[in-house]
Amino acid sequence: MGRYVARRLLQMIPVFIGTTLLIFLMVYALPGDPVRGLFGDKGASPAVLESLRHEYGLDKPVLVQYWDYMQNIVLHFDFGTQIASGRPVTDILGEAFPVTLRLAGLAFLIEATLGILLGVVAGLRAGKAADTAVLFLTLLLISVPVFVLGYIFQTVFAFQLGWLEPSVVDDTDFMQLLMPALVLACASLAYVARLTRTSVAENMRADYLRTAVAKGLPRRRIISVHLMRNSLIPVVTFLGTDIGALMGGAIVTEGIFNIHGVGGTIYESIVRREGTTLVGLVTILVLVYLVMSLIVDLLYAVLDPRIRYA
Amino acid sequence: MPELTTKTADDPVVATAVNAPAAKPEKTRSMWGDAWQDLRGNWVFVVSAVLIVLLIVMAAFPGLFTNADPNDKDLTHYLQHPNYGHFFSADWLGYDGQGRSVYARAIHGTRASLLVGAGTTLVVTLFGGLIGMLSGYFGGWLDAVLSRVTDMFFGIPFLLGAMVMLNSFTDRTIWVVIGALAFLGWTQTARVMRGSVITIKQADYVQAAKALGAGTSRILFRHVLPNAVAPVIVVATISLGVYIGAEATLSFLGLGLNGVSWGNDISDGGNQIRVAQYIMLYPSIMLSITVLAFIMLGEAVRNALDPKMR
Amino acid sequence: MTIIEDTAPVPAPGGSGDAPLLEVRDLHVEFHTREGVVKAVNGVNYNVHAGETLAVLGESGSGKSVTAQAIMGILDMPPARIPQGEILFRGQDMLKMSAEERRKIRGRKIAMIFQDALSSLNPVLSVGYQLGEMFRVHQGLSKKEAKAKAVELMDRVKIPAAAARVDDFPHQFSGGMRQRIMIAMALALEPDLIIADEPTTALDVTVQAQVMDLLAELQREYNMGLILITHDLGVVADVADKIAVMYAGRIVERAPVHELYKRPAHPYTRGLLDSIPRLDQKGQELYAIKGLPPNLLRIPSGCAFNPRCPKAQDVCRTDVPPLYEVTEPDGTPLAGRNSACHFWKETIHG
Repeated sequence: MGRYVARRLLQMIPVFIGTTLLIFLMVYALPGDPVRGLFGDKGASPAVLESLRHEYGLDKPVLVQYWDYMQNIVLHFDFGTQIASGRPVTDILGEAFPVTLRLAGLAFLIEATLGILLGVVAGLRAGKAADTAVLFLTLLLISVPVFVLGYIFQTVFAFQLGWLEPSVVDDTDFMQLLMPALVLACASLAYVARLTRTSVAENMRADYLRTAVAKGLPRRRIISVHLMRNSLIPVVTFLGTDIGALMGGAIVTEGIFNIHGVGGTIYESIVRREGTTLVGLVTILVLVYLVMSLIVDLLYAVLDPRIRYA
Repeated sequence: MPELTTKTADDPVVATAVNAPAAKPEKTRSMWGDAWQDLRGNWVFVVSAVLIVLLIVMAAFPGLFTNADPNDKDLTHYLQHPNYGHFFSADWLGYDGQGRSVYARAIHGTRASLLVGAGTTLVVTLFGGLIGMLSGYFGGWLDAVLSRVTDMFFGIPFLLGAMVMLNSFTDRTIWVVIGALAFLGWTQTARVMRGSVITIKQADYVQAAKALGAGTSRILFRHVLPNAVAPVIVVATISLGVYIGAEATLSFLGLGLNGVSWGNDISDGGNQIRVAQYIMLYPSIMLSITVLAFIMLGEAVRNALDPKMR
Repeated sequence: MTIIEDTAPVPAPGGSGDAPLLEVRDLHVEFHTREGVVKAVNGVNYNVHAGETLAVLGESGSGKSVTAQAIMGILDMPPARIPQGEILFRGQDMLKMSAEERRKIRGRKIAMIFQDALSSLNPVLSVGYQLGEMFRVHQGLSKKEAKAKAVELMDRVKIPAAAARVDDFPHQFSGGMRQRIMIAMALALEPDLIIADEPTTALDVTVQAQVMDLLAELQREYNMGLILITHDLGVVADVADKIAVMYAGRIVERAPVHELYKRPAHPYTRGLLDSIPRLDQKGQELYAIKGLPPNLLRIPSGCAFNPRCPKAQDVCRTDVPPLYEVTEPDGTPLAGRNSACHFWKETIHG
């Protein structure tokens, strides 16, 4: 196990470097100029632009810039400076992350409970009306884009029914975050429900389940111990990798509900061509993703004794 | 929906596609034959196929459905509400904030969406399929390198990456959007193809062909590819819908296609959501139905190829 | 006095005088599928006494396993349906019992051993847990007590170093050891009857004998009834008391085990016996029953075996043969022998 973790960590290093470099290249090598963007349409004198470029190291070759940037992150935990505000990117991250973490956490909770519940109901009644209904609902949730869903929820629950605030004023209030979290969770919820459904339906036909029945176990125990223990293995691993996706995917949801989290900050940085902020934020997201996929792999081994890492 | 594309390899919808068709490769012809028999009687397939044909006709010949010009601005019609009695006329579904016919725009938006979806899918399938095939068939160091490269691209959050890339272009034509989506999207096809090829490679008939001295390219294109392609086709169909959703989301964020596009219209409609919900409603319906049709088609094909998934 | 005897009948191995432990009467099972109604079991009758081993022999699709699953109450209904018949356990019809009553019989009074122990054991639970579960659920033992019992059981089925392996998972055992665990699980609550569905088919030949011997030994020790379902005539010879041969959902021949080997009274049984390789026939071509097992959606009219039978006459294609009593040529009845062949006389004596 220890050796496996070490090997996986070693494998993560080139992937981490490659992914961040790709993002870096995408931000800096493509046409567009962050410093010019700073002055908007008014423009500024070439000398001013030049000195600013020099200050932020933008006049160096991209690979050198990348090397400097990564060195600062690794050695000093320094993610650079936001050009527009002159503040350290770590400060901005510190403000944005807790907000998104709350939103994504709540979404994750909704996704896991509702998704598994729907999936189990459908899986236990595979081929019956309840199954078809869940199948249809999940197809709908997957097909309707998240921004459409966001507007529908806003219109129905906020404007027409008046149950909830249309946008988030206080992002520490979980009641206000509920609707955005639900919108964010919807598509993932549908995937979880379908995955659970498939897994449950498949395990329902398994030989070992027949054995459990033949042992004279009560139905409650057959389902909760024998069926669930096996069926939830793929679901748990999916949920693990989904945490990172929820955080990265919050851009649209945060935009619709006016939440100032990672998504909003990323959107601003993209539009303003704030390379340093953007790369910093995305680097963290990539790290979250890589760490989560490692944890999921290890979790798999814990949940399924047949898998043992040498 | 596009929020989900960041984690597609783990998507249950997609991941399950990898399972069965490859498992019984020696029965390719009867597998497709059985699948076709099965599909013809499946209402999900029939409905989605009819919808897709209708959408293709709409994209190719929008003039068949409306005479109105989607770019015609007539402020005398400013926010003129729908006139549901006037079937298929310019004022049927009302006018938007710039006095443009909502109906005409909903019809004319089809072309952009389908082109982006089909174009991206084509590029992704060809390129990702090639990488996956090489990686899976030759294994060894080539597989190690290609798999790591795939991991690097996979680590980039899909929507974020696309936003960064598209933000660099002021003139976002269909080709630019296709390029950005394909640049980030090919990893999933590569992974599916790789897994499928590895399974097929071990089949007896491939080993037999090798033992008989068949050349590498002959084995690859005559024996491996035809049998490994089924899960890739399923993934392609489903992700076609996903890319359409992604394009709309990018348009919604102001980083999509220039010109008539459902995403742009939904974004515009979002600003009028309290006074004129119909502006957003109809492009949303068109978009959702289109995405749904492709996902349903993909699922129907997968179920037909792999009856035990039902 | 008589009352005591009724409730606790003295078991007599092979005896048929006292009340049987289990009696299947005119059992019918059908499956409703998209293609039509599959008649898997069409009027099966058999019984087992305490301490007795009944071997049920047949090809796949003969209905032998479905009958067993009907007895256990583990058929999926739907698609399965039992339109007719009785399954009497100690005189009580289990088909009329509530689900809860039947559950209490399963595992406690009647236990089952399945063919493929690897897939029949839960892959993510330790064998100790799965064995101990029997005691926890049916007897309310604590986790610790149940585990001690599990070790005891593993010892009894001769798994080496049981105490050390009780926390291992099914995939960590060899095929033979896994089947021993299945046997231990069936044995846990010392049931009256064990149904073993092809218990050794998935095992290597050398291991088959060991597992079979163990099963027979334990059966004698606990004086249980045993229904041994198999397609392999070789397996049953040493352990069974009597044999029922099934074909297309019916019993076609019934006989004490050695009688059947000596003098089969049905052409199908004869075909099965002739297709066993024998040393004295070295060099000769091995006999095989021609044709394929019948399609259960369209069972042939008359005797279901007639299309494959070398002796088939017109009557075989029109009349369903009843289960005849088999006698000696002089008319002396042969105890426990039946044959569902119009021409059983010619078959057995000819």
